[in-house]
Amino acid sequence: MQIFKKTPAFNFMGKRQYALAFSFLLIIASISSLSIKGLNFGLDFTGGTLIEVGYQQSADLHQIRNRLTTAGFGDAVVQNFGSSKAVLVRLAPRENTTSNSLGDKILSALKEDDATVEMRRQEFVGPQVGDELRDDGGLAMLIALAFILVYVMARFEYRFALGSIAALIHDVIITMGVFSFFQFDFDLTVLAAVLAVIGYSLNDTIVVFDRIRENFRLMRKQQPVAIINASLNQTLSRTMMTSITTLIVVLAMFFLGGELIHGFAIALIIGILIGTYSSIYVASSMVITLKITAESMMPVKKEGEDQEGHYIE
Amino acid sequence: MLNQYSSWKYVLLLIVLVFGTIYSLPNIYGSDPAIQISATRNNAVDSDVESKALEVLKSANITLRRSTLDAKGLLLRFDDVGQQLKAADGLRDALGENFTVALNLAPATPGWLRDMNAQPMYLGLDLRGGLHFLMEVDTELVLSQAMESNANDIRGALRKKKIRYLSIRDNKEQITAKFRSADLRDKAMSAVRAELIDLQLSDYDEGGAFYFSADLKPTALVTLKKSALQQNVTTLRNRVNELGVAEPIIQQQGDNRIVIQLPGIQDSARAKRILSATATLEFRLVDVNVPPQDALEGRIPPTARLYRDREGQPVVLKKQIIIAGDNITNASSGFDSESNSPMVSVTLDGAGARKMATTTKRNLKKPMAVVFIEHKESSKMVDGKRERVTRKVEEVINVATIQGVFSKRFQITGLDDGNEARNLALLLRAGALAAPIRIIEERTIGPSLGADNIAQGLNSVVIGMICVLFFMLFWYRGFGLVANVALLVNLVLIVAVLSMLQATLTLPGIAGIVLTVGMAVDANVLIFERIREEIKVGNTPQASIHAGYEKALSTIADANITTLIAAVVLYVFGTGPIKGFAITLSIGIMTSMFTAIMGTRAIINLSVGGKKIKKLSI
Repeated sequence: MQIFKKTPAFNFMGKRQYALAFSFLLIIASISSLSIKGLNFGLDFTGGTLIEVGYQQSADLHQIRNRLTTAGFGDAVVQNFGSSKAVLVRLAPRENTTSNSLGDKILSALKEDDATVEMRRQEFVGPQVGDELRDDGGLAMLIALAFILVYVMARFEYRFALGSIAALIHDVIITMGVFSFFQFDFDLTVLAAVLAVIGYSLNDTIVVFDRIRENFRLMRKQQPVAIINASLNQTLSRTMMTSITTLIVVLAMFFLGGELIHGFAIALIIGILIGTYSSIYVASSMVITLKITAESMMPVKKEGEDQEGHYIE
Repeated sequence: MLNQYSSWKYVLLLIVLVFGTIYSLPNIYGSDPAIQISATRNNAVDSDVESKALEVLKSANITLRRSTLDAKGLLLRFDDVGQQLKAADGLRDALGENFTVALNLAPATPGWLRDMNAQPMYLGLDLRGGLHFLMEVDTELVLSQAMESNANDIRGALRKKKIRYLSIRDNKEQITAKFRSADLRDKAMSAVRAELIDLQLSDYDEGGAFYFSADLKPTALVTLKKSALQQNVTTLRNRVNELGVAEPIIQQQGDNRIVIQLPGIQDSARAKRILSATATLEFRLVDVNVPPQDALEGRIPPTARLYRDREGQPVVLKKQIIIAGDNITNASSGFDSESNSPMVSVTLDGAGARKMATTTKRNLKKPMAVVFIEHKESSKMVDGKRERVTRKVEEVINVATIQGVFSKRFQITGLDDGNEARNLALLLRAGALAAPIRIIEERTIGPSLGADNIAQGLNSVVIGMICVLFFMLFWYRGFGLVANVALLVNLVLIVAVLSMLQATLTLPGIAGIVLTVGMAVDANVLIFERIREEIKVGNTPQASIHAGYEKALSTIADANITTLIAAVVLYVFGTGPIKGFAITLSIGIMTSMFTAIMGTRAIINLSVGGKKIKKLSI
């Protein structure tokens, strides 16, 4: 089974202006959403108290809210979690209570209405921890990007490094933008997913770049745009295949993995789609924008020479 | 041209496969509900205890699956959780407070695998249920305590050398000493320098008086904080043992934090009470020369301090401590046989016993006080910001006349009730915390959620994997089958490496495995697409296989190394469950490179590599 009987000949780079405009729009939209709506940070980052309880039957959220209001937790956020039997109660960090016994208090309040309610999960995160996690998370992202930049620069050329970083930033901003727009919970696992997206998107980009580098040596007489187009077409079926297999497992995770990794799966789904698109349109067109020339691809590179040797059969 | 591997590569693959299978095997045996019996201080779990436990189970009609006695204690396995819980109650009553009876899940790994040191993966709290705490240690207080005792030592040193001083004061970080003349001050400084090497001194004159100030040297400060944290870790470990947890994790994190994980524990309120209590005892002599009334009006010599007892009455005690909480090796509660009032009998270590003996000998018939020190936390508003304050609450719980010379063993009476005696004994046994701690993060995972997480995680791995297997088979036919074998071996290897490293498997960790499954086929996709290209160009099947693998290699390496960079950064900066994700992702990347490149090549070489074939099943 093959997607393309012959190597396809799409003129990807011919439409790069449209793609650029599309990416630009998405990024503007994401940044505006991020700055206006912001991210709906989960408990990990805001601090506070959270308790997840399980009921025997469908839970009456209205009654639970009333019960909590009488118990002095009027500001509690009450929502279903995954199923109608599971309920999540969240409280912002409180002034004047230094203890983290709020979860226990909520549980005993809920038990007054229904003694069979079962504690499934209870979390308390101090405000200072939340701030730290947020700072560390941002720092981790920047450091990962810096290391990758150095690696790609050492293995390829600075234009490629810039192209791949541009694609990564593009993917991260848009993924976070979607989370902001739909106000999905952004917690630690989602942050991990965003970092995994960085890894994934890069994987895709590197494969394309590898082919571009190879083709610059094989097709010396061609124009850069033609070479990049050819490379994208040659790697297209691989790009599709890998995206599909990864999407399959992430969808399995989304539908079967349970509520706790829902956000994680969503971030990956968005990231895989955007990452596939960006390795074609952002990374490669960035390389053209930066005026890559055949000469700049020729300098004596050790791994380049290795590869040359392989073509002699 | 033919594709063949040298035989060492096949041997290597075979060895890896055998090891992978052996070390991943323990995971399919699951675990038994079990009870772990371990001894508290000065006791040992021996065969007597075992036979006693077995008797208890017999009389309660509980069927035991197996019992094992080793250095860690006695492990009893049961058929189901009901039996386990019933047994735990019976054993707790029968064995008393010298033993801890903890619920546990013991791996049901067969003996021959255990002999090879093969263990199942270590499940994180989100998969097995339990309590997670992150605690912060208040090292400021340690410093101010150290400065207080340094000030006392300076006074002692100057007295010994008969150097007169006007005043010696300590605030939280610095001690200032005041003298009448520069000459006296300089003498004092050299005396202090000789005695207290951890202090750095500097002199200054102000308003006609001569001063020197003393700070802790930076190195000494670091050591002080480090040892306080270390002592807290040790103390918390003792307290966790009191709670009866089977496989607790107590780890230092960063400069001033401690992570505690208590698998299987649900009662967070009790755990918190016992873990974060910072109580200790100090024994001091009553300063009979100072009437309490004088002290209340502020006329108090620097060697004495004003305390209050439980009724709020003033008591003046000498500043010098006879013994402190860390000299106590054991404490147990009971009732005094004469007065039938609650009491705690205390046993001291050698140093404590000697000090107690000399003090009681010199001070017969004089009153001695027991000071109970607790660190209570409260918060108040300072400049619009909420600040946490740890307050040291010191209370004289008991003043008694020294009736005779005693050293190693003695009793504390004058407690409110039996409950208080029990709590005090527990805290004394478990040791004192060097510095107060506060909980800054807490997570409790109920057992049902843990079980759900495992089930759902496994489900998504299995279903996702089956879909990928079918897809690959459909797309690449014969070669797809080869890739599928590699993918399955890859999963076995990931599990084997996780089990061997005893790395913690968390829910995000499972997500990492799922993701690796999806990405692992990428290497094969790259290779197979290359082979197809080569065939299209008109190369022979064998040449195409060869070229496909060769050309894809550097691409695969580049792509995987960059993903590995992201995973490593995630590991370094991530906490808890995120680390789990990073670990499985990194392991998965490495094992998948091995199976997808070497593994598939070996199968292909073995099956078609040596033959003259016209067409490839790709």
